[in-house]
Order: sequence, then C-alpha cells, then structure tokens
Amino acid sequence: MSALVKLEDVSKRYGDAIALCPTNLSVQSSKTTVLIGPSGCGKSTLLRLIIRLIEPDSGSIELDGKAATADNINVLRRRIGYVIQEGGLFPHLTARANVLLMARHIGKTEEEMHNRLLELSELTRLSQNLLSRYPVELSGGQRQRVSLMRALMLSPELLLLDEPLGALDPLVRASLQKDLKEIFTRLGQTVLFVTHDLAEAIYFAHEIVLMNEGRIVQKGTITDLREKPADSFVSEFINAQRGVASV
Amino acid sequence: MNRNRKSGKQEGLGSRNHESRRLKRFRRFLVCRFPDFLLFSCVPAFLFASSAAADVVVGSKKFTESYVLGEIANRTLTDAGIRAEHRQGMGGTIILWEALKGGQIDAYPEYTGTIATEILKSDPSLSFDQIQHSLEKLGVGMTAPLGFNNTYALVMRRSEAQRLGIRTISDLQGHPELKFGLTHEFLERQDGWRPLRQRYALPQQNIIGIDHALGYSALASGSIDVKDAYSTDAKIEQNDLFVLEDDLHFFPKYEAVFLFRPSTRADAVAALRHLEGTLDETRMIRLNAEAERTKNYARAADLYFEGSPRSNALDDSFPRKLARWTLRHLQLAGFSLVLSIIFGIPLGILASRGGAIGHVILGFVGVVQTIPSLALLALLVPLPFFGISVRTAIAALFLYGLLPIVRNTATGLQDIPRSLRESAVALGLSPMARLWKIYLPIASRSILSGIKTSAVINIGTATLAALIGAGGLGEPIISGLNLNDHVTILEGAIPAAVLALLVQWCFDLVDRVLIPKGLRL
Repeated sequence: MSALVKLEDVSKRYGDAIALCPTNLSVQSSKTTVLIGPSGCGKSTLLRLIIRLIEPDSGSIELDGKAATADNINVLRRRIGYVIQEGGLFPHLTARANVLLMARHIGKTEEEMHNRLLELSELTRLSQNLLSRYPVELSGGQRQRVSLMRALMLSPELLLLDEPLGALDPLVRASLQKDLKEIFTRLGQTVLFVTHDLAEAIYFAHEIVLMNEGRIVQKGTITDLREKPADSFVSEFINAQRGVASV
Repeated sequence: MNRNRKSGKQEGLGSRNHESRRLKRFRRFLVCRFPDFLLFSCVPAFLFASSAAADVVVGSKKFTESYVLGEIANRTLTDAGIRAEHRQGMGGTIILWEALKGGQIDAYPEYTGTIATEILKSDPSLSFDQIQHSLEKLGVGMTAPLGFNNTYALVMRRSEAQRLGIRTISDLQGHPELKFGLTHEFLERQDGWRPLRQRYALPQQNIIGIDHALGYSALASGSIDVKDAYSTDAKIEQNDLFVLEDDLHFFPKYEAVFLFRPSTRADAVAALRHLEGTLDETRMIRLNAEAERTKNYARAADLYFEGSPRSNALDDSFPRKLARWTLRHLQLAGFSLVLSIIFGIPLGILASRGGAIGHVILGFVGVVQTIPSLALLALLVPLPFFGISVRTAIAALFLYGLLPIVRNTATGLQDIPRSLRESAVALGLSPMARLWKIYLPIASRSILSGIKTSAVINIGTATLAALIGAGGLGEPIISGLNLNDHVTILEGAIPAAVLALLVQWCFDLVDRVLIPKGLRL
C-alpha cells in the first residue's frame, strides 16, 4: 500500500501550549483514515498543517512525495479538498459560484465546468435548482453537500474533512454519512476524516488514529483498539462511547 | 494670464498620472460598479468656467466695507471693458496678501495701517511714501488713498457710555468690570489689543474673542460692553453706538487703498487709479449702510456710481445662484470623496492587517479628524501648492473623509469569520484573488457605510470652503453671518442639509446595487 501523505516528526506549538508533539503519520491512498480523540487533542491541527493553514515548527509534510514551498503552495492546495464543520461557504456567492470559484480562477472552460457540476450534483444528491441559491437560503445538510461539491470540484487526490457532520441533526447526519461513504467508495477517494464520534469513525474508517494531548496514542482497526489497547486512555475512550459504538 | 495658468494646474490635479496600478484597479472597480455614480460625474466638470474667463480677479476681506470696495472695483473694471471677477469675503489680511502674491487674485482693498503693521511688520507711523516704497520692493503695487480713513475704534452702547460718563478710551481705566468682546484679528494684531491695553493701562480682565458681526448683537444684548469697530462702520449709526475718543492717538491711520500685482493689465490699473480720492468717510458709511440694509453689495456699489444701477448686477437670480453654489458644493464634496475612496480603501486594507503599520495608519487618520476643520484650512493655506484655492478645500475635505472609510474598511475586513478566511486560503486562491473575490465583497457593506458617512460629513464640512474663497453653499452662510442676516444664512444652510439627505438616500440605492445579494438576504 502506498502513502499519499507522509508526516515525519511534525510538531506545532502556540507559545507554551503544545498543539502537536513530534508526530509521524502516513495516509494510505484510496483509504479513509479517521482521526479521533477528545477536543483539543490535535486532530484539527494536524489537518490544518497538511493544507498549510498553519506552518509546522519542525518536521516535514509531503503530499505524493512533494513538500510544500512558497512557490507551489497554492498548486498543492488545489490537489486537496477541505470541508469544515461550518461549511465555509462564501455568503456573497451562490452555491454554484462557490463550487465553481476555483475552476473559474484557474481558467477551466464553461463546458468542463458544466459537466463536472452535473456529475457532482448527481454524486452528492443535491438538486440542480438549489445551486442558484445563496448559502443562507440552504439548510445545514444542503450547505455541507455544496461544500463537498466545492471540495471535489477539481478532483483532488486528498480530501480533508474536519467534523463535516458535527453541526447537523441526527437524521440529516445519518443520511449524509451514508451518501459520503458511497461517494468515497465510488471515487476510490483518499480521505482524512476528523471526528470525535466513535460510531462515525467506525462507520467510515479503514484505519482509526486515536489521538490525545497532541500525540497519536494508537493506530489500527476498531478491533485492534478494543482488544489490544495501547494504554488505559484507549480503553477509557472506547468504553465511554461503547453504548453508541455497539449499535 | 494668471487665471489661465492656474486653471491649467487644477486640471493637473484631476489627472491620474501619479496613481499606482493598484489604485487604478480600485478606480476601475468603482467605475464599473458605479455606472451612474452621482458624484463621479462631477469630476470632469471640475474646471471652473467663471474664474477661467476673468482677466482680473478682485478679492475682498470678510467684512461689509471690503465687499463693497471689491464690488466697486469689479464694476469699475467691467465698465472699462475688462473681464473682471470679484471673489467675496476670502478671509483676513494674511489670506488676501498670500492670495495676491500667489496670483490667485490680482487686486484687493487694503488699509495703510494694516499694511505697515501686518504686512511689512513695521511701525504704524510709516509714511505713505515709505509704505509704497517697501511694497514696490516686495513686488506689489498700491494706488493712492481712496479718500477715507477707516481706523480702528472702540465702541460702547451710547446709553451705557453716558451712564458711566465714559467719553475717551482713557476713561475706561476707572471701570475694570466692563466686558470686552474683540474680533480675533484685533486681539492678535501688532497694532491691536495688547499694545492698546498697555498704552492706556486698561485694567479689564474679561476679554473674549468674537466674530465681528456677531459682536454687534452681543453688544446690543449686553453680553459685552465694549467692542472694536471700524470708524466707517454703518453699524455704529444703526445701533446707536458711541465711538470712544482715541485721546492718546494710539490707532494709526487706516487709509483705504487698492493693492495690485504689477503684472496686472495697465488699463486695469488705470481703472483702479480712477477711484483714488473719490470716497470720503460720509460716503463710505452711506455705502456700508446701504449694503447692510439691502443685503446686496452690488447695489451698494451702484450707489457709488450714482443713479446708474447696472442691469446685470441684479440679474443673478436666486435659482441661478443656488445652482452655482450647489454645483460647486457637489464638486468640492464629490471630488474629495473620490480621493478619499481611492486612498482610503487601500489604507484600510493595510490597516486591517494590524501591526505597526496598521496602528500608524489608524492613528494618523484619527489625529487628522481631531484637528478643527477651520484650523486645518488655515494650516494648509500657507503651503506652496495650496494657498487660497479650491485645491486647499479639497485637500482638507479629503483628509476628513479618510477616517470613516479607512476604519470601516479595516473593521469590515477584520470582522470576516476565520472559517471563511481559511476556506479562501485552503481553496488555493492567490492573496490578490482572495482580497478581490472574497474579502472585499464580504466587507462591502461596512466599506460602503464608511463611504456614506464620509460623503455626508463632506457635504457638511464643505460649507467651510467658502472661508477661503472656494465657493459652495458656505458662501451665503458666511455672507449671512457677516451681515447678521438669518435669511441669507438659511439660503445656504437649508440646501446643504437637503443635499446631505439626498446623498444619504442615493447611497442607500447604491447599497442595493453594490452589496452582493447573498449578503442582503
């Protein structure tokens, strides 16, 4: 199995507060890797480091064997899709304009954009006539579907999802979970997914990465975590959400 | 000649040679998004036909007699077949003197005592010939005296003077409780209040500075007891005032003359010289009284020419004057607003990034705002490029307009949620694209409201431009203040207020066009 993203000894601190201890991580191609852990454990920091919203204090981050430099940073970013909990849709643009923003910026033809838009709305099950609406006119679930379309528009090699379903009500969340998983499978997409919900992690993950206090505690399948916990924190974390996880 | 050179310079100000590319992009943004931007349409019109057409420009100071003398000169020149223009009530001595030297005006009425002390910074006892000689060295010409001596005088209510038995300035020594209200110019003059107080050993402590015209009202109502006046002032008769005798002969002679630039056309100088020795005190008081009674300087000047009222002196009907004032007012406010936008938005963007530069920018525009507008005008007037001109008014208005735009641009940008900023970065947009496609549109409501605030403030502040002869709706306000005539004040004040409301309303419409629909839902 090949690693699309490789982090070596990457660390980040804000003043005296350690956000991420020196960490190594590989994200396997065409697999969904789920980062899970309590709030403030460093999982979002890790994502933000990969898309270079923040710069690491030490270590190297490579996408497909290439490290980010000042020159190629924006080209690299376009090979990564990024969806956040709040959606991050620009309020002054329609859903369509949000999705097409980057494609327009880099000069894709109208025909290419039109075709890709059709594919994506079918893939994300978002009705075409919703695309002319502004973000405030859409429901939370619809907004996240648009946000996903925007992230997938340029067919990125890597998709980063930072608690994309965290703000949705349970019914919408369940239906989006199902659709998302289908989409990942259909596209053979490499995904790095952040959540604090164990059930969601189990549902999506080929590999679960459990983090606590800025470091990776254990990597593996849910069975590994359950049966061979690396330390007491792993058992506690699993047990705390067992009721849900066993459903 | 001078007029042409000057209007050429103003054209230069309007050109955009010095703008950087980035500013041009802002301008393009504004031009394409404000197709019918009301105020923008003022810019090409920013050349004034009236002053460019005149061969000789006569200035006058901000008091009735100076206005009347200016009108008399204007009429005399016009009758001699010279295209003349009278710029009324431009300010005090220094402003008129600088304007004369700078070529913004060609001639103005002045008094010998003022020339000796204020301009030549010399002894008030200089002889006429000595004054003429010194002026020649400075490159300024002077006519012979027009015939009357308008010296300074101290005046009191006649009844009050009789009650206290005051006849001379020396008599004031026995009444330390009297309140003095003196014009700001008299308070500061070399031959004004301080040496006068010393000479007569005056004990009064209660001294306030007050506008000349308002001072008469204050005197009538008893808020002050003594004020400075001019010996030919019509108000002395009208208000039944008593002129205190200058028993120690402190005040020098103030013989009225015209000062002119030597480069002025010979026939114009000859025409001005025709006025020499033709106006005695009685006649001047009559003209002053007529000016104050009719509120019409041109008609008072006509009295000088006796019985031959000039037809075109009165054809300047109110609607036409109002149109001229309003147009000029819009030019002043509009052009300065455009400058404020062109510079304010980039400065706001820089300031939004915080740090030392941000603090310096916000600090600077904040400090500018705290300078009183009158003081800012006064500070700009002595600078080489500015002087007594429309440029100065626009520069001052531009500086005042910066703060709301800079601050609203900065806060509008800073208020964009972090999630949206990061989304723009994460998408891989270049910094410029982020600014143009994402940040500025999202901050547009805040930026536009800053521009609106700036526009409304500018409309109000532009009334002060008339103080330095830049015209606009401040012209009737200042004339009215000078004549103590409320109707004339309202002729300027009401249109200015209506204009401010209209501008506000126009910007509300502009909001609907410029703020993206997604932000208005």
